Amino acid sequence: MDLIVEGFRKAFLLIYRLDADLMGIILLSLKVSLTALLIGTVAGVPTGAALSFKRIPFKHALLNIMNTLMGLPPVVVGLFLYLMLSRRGPLGSMGLLYTSSAMIIAQSILAFPIVVSLSYAAINGVSMVIRQAAATLGASQFQCTVAVIKEARYAILSAIMAAFGRLSAEVGAILIVGGNIAGRTRVITSAIVLETDKGDFAVAIALGIVLLCVSLSVNAVLYIISRRGRVGQASEYLWA
Amino acid sequence: MGMTLQVSQLRKTYRDNVIFDACSYTFKDSMAYAIVGPNGTGKSTFLRMCALLEKPDAGTIDFLHGDRALDKSDGIMRRITLLLPSVGVFNTSVYENVAYGLRVRKCKNTEIEQRVAALLKLVGLHDKMKRRALTLSSGETQRMGLARALAIAPEILMLDEPTAAVDTANYKAITDILLSVKHSMKTTIIFATHDVKLADNIADRVVTVSDGLLMEI
Repeated sequence: MDLIVEGFRKAFLLIYRLDADLMGIILLSLKVSLTALLIGTVAGVPTGAALSFKRIPFKHALLNIMNTLMGLPPVVVGLFLYLMLSRRGPLGSMGLLYTSSAMIIAQSILAFPIVVSLSYAAINGVSMVIRQAAATLGASQFQCTVAVIKEARYAILSAIMAAFGRLSAEVGAILIVGGNIAGRTRVITSAIVLETDKGDFAVAIALGIVLLCVSLSVNAVLYIISRRGRVGQASEYLWA
Repeated sequence: MGMTLQVSQLRKTYRDNVIFDACSYTFKDSMAYAIVGPNGTGKSTFLRMCALLEKPDAGTIDFLHGDRALDKSDGIMRRITLLLPSVGVFNTSVYENVAYGLRVRKCKNTEIEQRVAALLKLVGLHDKMKRRALTLSSGETQRMGLARALAIAPEILMLDEPTAAVDTANYKAITDILLSVKHSMKTTIIFATHDVKLADNIADRVVTVSDGLLMEI
């Protein structure tokens, strides 16, 4: 019990003093996860929208693949990317292995299917009557699409936040392709693994607290978004 | 000047049921028409075809301005509108909902402000313009939908069951608004209803769907 109490005491001190190493790890984590999220969003939302609006061959097969990839084990992504980026791999000459760029690529791969699937569901969830209302008011096809995406905005934001939640807690892929190098590729989750192995629980607990705060913040934002989104749902079309 | 709507040899089937067959009718400009009949006779389908939301299986739907037939280059979709029974409320303010049709037409803000304010006054929602539209009652929503449809000054105004699911006060308000539109705007009005009293009050002509045809009563 003393170990835990002492660990927490030291952890709070580290956070209170804004320990430089700790801050470096936190900032790198946020940089990696937010950049990956940005890439996942920029690629994922339009893909989800295209799957919803366009007639695409093998659409349902693609959606099934995306839904399956939502549960993709991060270590598998890490392994795949490691094989691609290692010296003997096809992209080895780029020298990306054990860099933050490799970690961003890995997390983007994890974020993409989440954003695609949930954005697709969000856009598809907007009642057909909204598209028709826009059309009957003279909106062009593009303007109708914009109207629908606007109506789905809260649910799309939820999708993005859900992806961020997964990325911030992810450890398998970044550990494999990042290598957990101090000051270069060490992020919150990989540092917790290392510090726990070393028995330096204070740092591990401090990082754990920060990670929990990040998760709590994400959940709080998700809650607010989902509340606003609930108001945004349109009533179903009544066929007379 | 309103617009004339002419349907010729219209055919529409739905799950092997023939709803319209060789149906021809002309809705003359600046007149008010009611399509009456019980649910399931095809009134809504007919309006949706006229609003170009649904394609007929056969036949033609022509829009005439005087003697001239309009085509796609005349921007028909921007000159007609259909108020659906479920209004399709955008998750924004009442003001923005009514302004939507003007915004997609890239009207100036001052023009939008004036028109939206005047229409919200007409439908009795002037004091609720900043409210979130989804919090309106069903009667208020219907009136907002009417203001939104009128904002674009349609040459053909189609309404699908405009008084369904509204209370007596809103029923009277909607009836008054439609009468006011009929007398003050040169708009062709076509509305579907199962309410014969409403049809008698507003329409110049009352038609019914019978054996796949539109018949005047």
